[in-house]
Parts: sequence; C-alpha cells; structure tokens
Amino acid sequence: MTHRAARIGLLTPAALAGGAALAIAAHRAGLAGEAGSGFWLAAFLVWLAATLAARDLAALAPRTATGRRILRLAVPLLFGFLVLVLWEAVVVGAGVPAVLMPPPSSIAARFAAALPVLGADFVQTCLKSALPGYAVGCLSGLGVAILADRFPLLGRGLLPVANVASALPIVGIAPIMVMWFGFDWPSKAAVVAVMTFFPMLVQAGAGLAATGRIERDLMRTYAAGYGRTLASLRLPIALPFLFTALKVNATLALIGAIVAEFFGTPIVGMGFRISIEAARLSLDMVWAEIALAALAGSAFYGIIALAERAATGWHPSVRAG
Amino acid sequence: MTPEAASFSFPRGRALPVMGVVLALLAAWYLAALLGNWNGAADALARAGAAPDTAKIAAATMAQERPVVPAPHQVFSELSRSTVGVPLGSKRSLVYHAWVTLSATLLGFALGSALGIALAVAIVHLRSVEASLMPWIVASQTVPILAVAPIVIVALGAAGLTGLLPKAVIAAYLCFFPVTVGMVKGLNAPDRIQRDLMRTYSASRGQVLARLRWPAALPDLFASLKIAVAASLVGTIVAELPTGAQAGLGARLLAGSYYGQTVRIWAALIAAAALSALLVQGIGLAEAAAARAMGARAPGAAR
Repeated sequence: MTHRAARIGLLTPAALAGGAALAIAAHRAGLAGEAGSGFWLAAFLVWLAATLAARDLAALAPRTATGRRILRLAVPLLFGFLVLVLWEAVVVGAGVPAVLMPPPSSIAARFAAALPVLGADFVQTCLKSALPGYAVGCLSGLGVAILADRFPLLGRGLLPVANVASALPIVGIAPIMVMWFGFDWPSKAAVVAVMTFFPMLVQAGAGLAATGRIERDLMRTYAAGYGRTLASLRLPIALPFLFTALKVNATLALIGAIVAEFFGTPIVGMGFRISIEAARLSLDMVWAEIALAALAGSAFYGIIALAERAATGWHPSVRAG
Repeated sequence: MTPEAASFSFPRGRALPVMGVVLALLAAWYLAALLGNWNGAADALARAGAAPDTAKIAAATMAQERPVVPAPHQVFSELSRSTVGVPLGSKRSLVYHAWVTLSATLLGFALGSALGIALAVAIVHLRSVEASLMPWIVASQTVPILAVAPIVIVALGAAGLTGLLPKAVIAAYLCFFPVTVGMVKGLNAPDRIQRDLMRTYSASRGQVLARLRWPAALPDLFASLKIAVAASLVGTIVAELPTGAQAGLGARLLAGSYYGQTVRIWAALIAAAALSALLVQGIGLAEAAAARAMGARAPGAAR
C-alpha cells in the first residue's frame, strides 16, 4: 500500500508536469513540424508514466465516500489530460496541417475568440430548437403511453408499431419538416419532437407495465380508481424507465437539431456553422462547435442524471452507486 | 433504445390491433394529404382557369406534382418506378442508392461491433481500463456524434480516403457504444457461484471467457446488435448529408430537399425505413440461429 502510494505520489506529478512541458516544448521553433527522436521518446515516457499512474490510482480503494468520489473523477481526468497533451504534441511536433487536424490549443483560442458567434449558435440550436422539441416529444410520448395503457386494444396495436418506428432513421424527416414549418427553428423542434417521441413511448409503455400484480390488487382493495393508481403507484414505479428515455432523448435532441440544420436554416445555428466552416476548411472553428456541442450535451445529460438521482433515490441502481 | 425497447416480437393476438393501427395511420396519411394540399391544389386550379369546385380540388390534392404531403399511392408509385422501372445500376435507381448506403452501413456495423466487443472484454478484465476509459466512453455519447461527420469526411478525404470508409467510420462510432454497454452487462451476467465453480475446475481467464461469460452474454449481445445496426444506418445516412455525397439514401434526401421533390424524399425515407427493418430482422434471424445452435428451445428462451 505504501509502496503504491509512493508510486502514485511520484508518477502522477511527473506525468502532469511532463505532459505540460511536452505540450509547450512542441511549439518551440526547432521542434514544431520536425521533432526528432528525443521528442518522441519524451512523449512515450509521458504516456507510460500516465498509464502507470492511472493503473495504480484505479486500484486504490479509499475508505471514505469523498475519497472514492475524488478518485472517480481523477482517473478519467488524468486520461483526458493525457489525450489532449499527446494530441497537441503529435499534431504540432509532426507538423500535421491544420486543415487535417488542428491542435487543441488553437481550438481553445478559436473558442475564446468566437464566443459571441458560439453563443448565438447555442441559443438557436439548443435553446430554441432542441429544448422545445424535447419537451413536446417527451410529454406527448408519455401521454400516448398512458392512453395506450388505459385502452389496451389501442396499446396492443400501437406499441409494436412504436417498437419498429423507434428503430427507423427518423432524422430523415428533416427535409419534410423544413418544407412544412419553414427554415427557422420550428422545423428543427418538430424533428426533435418526432425523434424523442418514440423512445419515450416505448420506455413509458414498459414502465407502466412494470408494476407487480400484487401491488395493483392492493390498490384495488383500497378502491383506488385508474387515475389514483396511476399517480400513486404506477408512475413512481415507471420513473426509472422514464428517466432512461429522458437521458437517451437528451442526446437525440441535440443530434436531431444539428442534423436538421443541414437541410436549410437561417444563417445561425451549430449545424449551419459546422457545415459551412467544414466547407471552408477552417477546422478549428468546426472543432470549437463540436466542443460546444459536447459541453452542452454533457451538461444536459448531467442535469437529467442529477434529477434522476433526486427523484428515484429509492431505486437499487442509485442506492448501490 | 434499451434492450427492452428492441424487442420486435409480434405475439399472437396482436396481429389484428396492429393491422388496425396501420390502417388508421394510412387513413390519417390520406386525410393529411387532403388537408395539407388543399390550398395549393385550389390555387393551381384557379390559376389554370378551372372553376374551383370541391370534388375537383379533392381529386387534385391526390395527384399534385410537388405536394406538401404526397398521398400514399404517389409515394408507392414513385417507389416502384425507381426500383423496378429503371436499370439497377442507374443513378436514378433507388436500389443503387440503397446499396451504396447499405454497404457503408454493414462495414461500419462490423467495425463498430468488433470494437464494442473488444472494449467490453477489456473493461470486464482490466480494472484500469474500466476506470480510465469507461467515463470517456459514456461522455463520448453525450457528444452529438453526427456533428463530427463533416470533419471525419474532410480529414479522411485530405488523407486520400474517400467513398465508403469515412461513412463507415461514422456508422461505427455510432454503433460501438450500445454494443459495449450491452456486452459489459452480459459478460458480467454469470453469478459469483458460477465463476467460483469455474475456478474449482482451475479454468484460465480465457476459458472462463469462452465457456461461461461469452455464452451468457449472447442474449445481451443480440439485443444491443439490433440497436447498433439501426444506429449505424442512421449514421451512414447522416454522413451522406453535409458533404454533398453523390450517391446514397442521404444524398437522395438532400437532393430531394434542394429541388423540392417531395415525393422523392418520401420514397427515399420509406426505402430507408424498410432497409432498417430488414437489417434488424436479419439480426433477429441470426439470434434465432445462435439460440438453436446453443440448444435453446425457442428464440429468446436462452434469457
């Protein structure tokens, strides 16, 4: 244990400092584009140190909950840092042209410089297109699932059709929606709504069917009607299923909004920016948009996951984690 | 999109309600075509100088050249015209475009599921891989992957790779995640007591993998492959969009969108949907064959 602690104490700072030095050194005049074997040896050593440190860190089992939480963050962060450093070192050191693969530093610089544009794109794509579509799709999916549950004949016909539909390339309806709702955000929101509808319908259907017979019979002995049983028993039981759909839909919504913009859009929006900047080969801007999309997507997903933790604290999968 | 969602079974007693729902959808489609095209058809008749009487307008809504909502029979006649009406290799043949998309989808699906299975095996066996890689694999899925499509195509194109492979890479990126997650779950499915039994036989890790974990993971594998194959088709179609691809269902959608050929867009969409259903059905057949080979009585009974 002490042995391992000493190794971690030595290797982690070595990997961090070595990585930072490597990334900075790659930009030096003699090195950029024509790095010698010494540089690549250093890169290899940094990679080795980070890998060994990550292995030792992963094998640790802290006693306190806080320690475990820090560790769960530290290992992937170390890995992410390593990826960025090696990306920077390889791209700059080997002189890869920026139209192929810009280094992270120039992407970060571009991100900082283009903040107003990125902000406008974020408002257009995430706030105006993805969010309303997500809300409409999820709510109507839940509503139809409840209807299908209330009227079993409808459910027996509808759910298999929904199963098939949720495997279809729905994002392809984007051109039709653009034709119906115009170029601006309503057509994108419509695509997102249709895309998010089916996963929610299928999951909510499964969730509403998840209640045990005994619990339902108990509710009947209490003389609870359909609505009461739904509100007090079946929706709470269905919550984990609903959150699965909400999380799946969180990523689908952004994808739908971005892809729908490839079919025509006003001159703002992340999908629009990506397609024109890729055509102009200014890849650092495209990567800045991707970083923004990744941040927005992760934040959206994280918010839903936090809500899930708060709402379904009783569920074994949350309690165990 | 979870394994539960991918069960495409039609138990007996569902055929009638499903038929009812499908018929109702068709009726709704005709109604939508009638309502959606009403104004356009009335305007067109008025411009042609004909007296706009209701029956004529109603008939015209079903046969417009560029309708807002094409009627079902228009879409199906376009489908048959562009599949059996033209030679298979022709640029106007939907079969040709579907084949272009299908080949990239299958290549991407093969790459993506191989990567997904390899990752799952590594994650199950190496704790450090799980700790350092798994959070990034999950994070990679919160990125709208399709945003990367133009970059991958531009970057690989500059490196001299064009055509099938860039699209397949995007399809693979979309489909490795469900396979990884499903396989990790499946490979961890055997109980502790079963693994202990293998240890008393002094089985090596490779043998535990081959004899115990792998067979136990098969139901999860097929459930996630069904999701993955649908995802890789979506990935391929989207990969054909932003780069002005010349062939494929996505290119067909984009071209239809540029020129306002609604009927053609709907036909391409239906072709894509049919392709997706066929691919998922194919995985279902493979699942049944695997289950039979392992001695299960009925497909799905292995669960």
